[in-house]
Amino acid sequence: MLVREWHSSLVRVAQIFVPTRSLAEEVVQETWLRVLGALDRFEGRSSLKTWAFRILVNTAKTRAQREGRVIPFSSLHDPPRIPEASVDPERFLADDHDRHPGGWSSPPPALPEDRLIAAETREVIAKAIDALPANQRAVISLRDVEGWSSEEVRNALDLSEVNQRVLLHRARSKVRQSLEDYLA
Amino acid sequence: MIDVEAFSCQELVELVTEYLEGALSPADLRRFEEHIAGCDGCTRYLEEFKLTIELVGALTPDDVSTEAESELLDVFRSWRAQSAGNQPES
Repeated sequence: MLVREWHSSLVRVAQIFVPTRSLAEEVVQETWLRVLGALDRFEGRSSLKTWAFRILVNTAKTRAQREGRVIPFSSLHDPPRIPEASVDPERFLADDHDRHPGGWSSPPPALPEDRLIAAETREVIAKAIDALPANQRAVISLRDVEGWSSEEVRNALDLSEVNQRVLLHRARSKVRQSLEDYLA
Repeated sequence: MIDVEAFSCQELVELVTEYLEGALSPADLRRFEEHIAGCDGCTRYLEEFKLTIELVGALTPDDVSTEAESELLDVFRSWRAQSAGNQPES
């Protein structure tokens, strides 16, 4: 049944926009009603899933605004122009280094494999995702947790190909760093 | 002018998602792979980046709580009742 299959994903995506689980549940219920109410107007130009999630995103955004939660939606479409380093610049040799400019001065350490699948490690990852800016959290949640394609994410969040990739890369880079901070 | 300079490690770490998404130009793809082939630090970085993606993917989306599910069923019931009520009588 679609409802069961999509429900947890819908709640997760709604939680990107609204502050609490119960608000997210409400947003999802409202979304189902809107989806069902508009089903006969669904034109099949996108997949039913993409269409339903687009309705969810709109519903969640409206709800978030009503709740007075200010999310920089504009930044969903426009990642800050200031480049964010994937790795602390201090960990590289200077650009004018004579033998290895821009090379690692402090390369990534080996991660202990036995601790990777531990419950604590999962918690560290979940916390790192929670701590991301909303736009990065939205993209990594949909791409890497929910397993959506880049096209599905771009359609649901109305992002360009490049912006989707920039946000995904920033999110992944930060999660990798927190994994290293925790394990190494 | 074609830039034929090799990537530095600091440049390479910014390109990993582009690499994994298959979005690098053929020339950049070659530079990326040549760099990785000769650099232990970046090889490890790439491995850890892929591992991160795998571990993120292993997070389980929350299961539907029974309470949420029954609320949802109520929503459906009222929707069905409402739409049945709206049907023109034929």
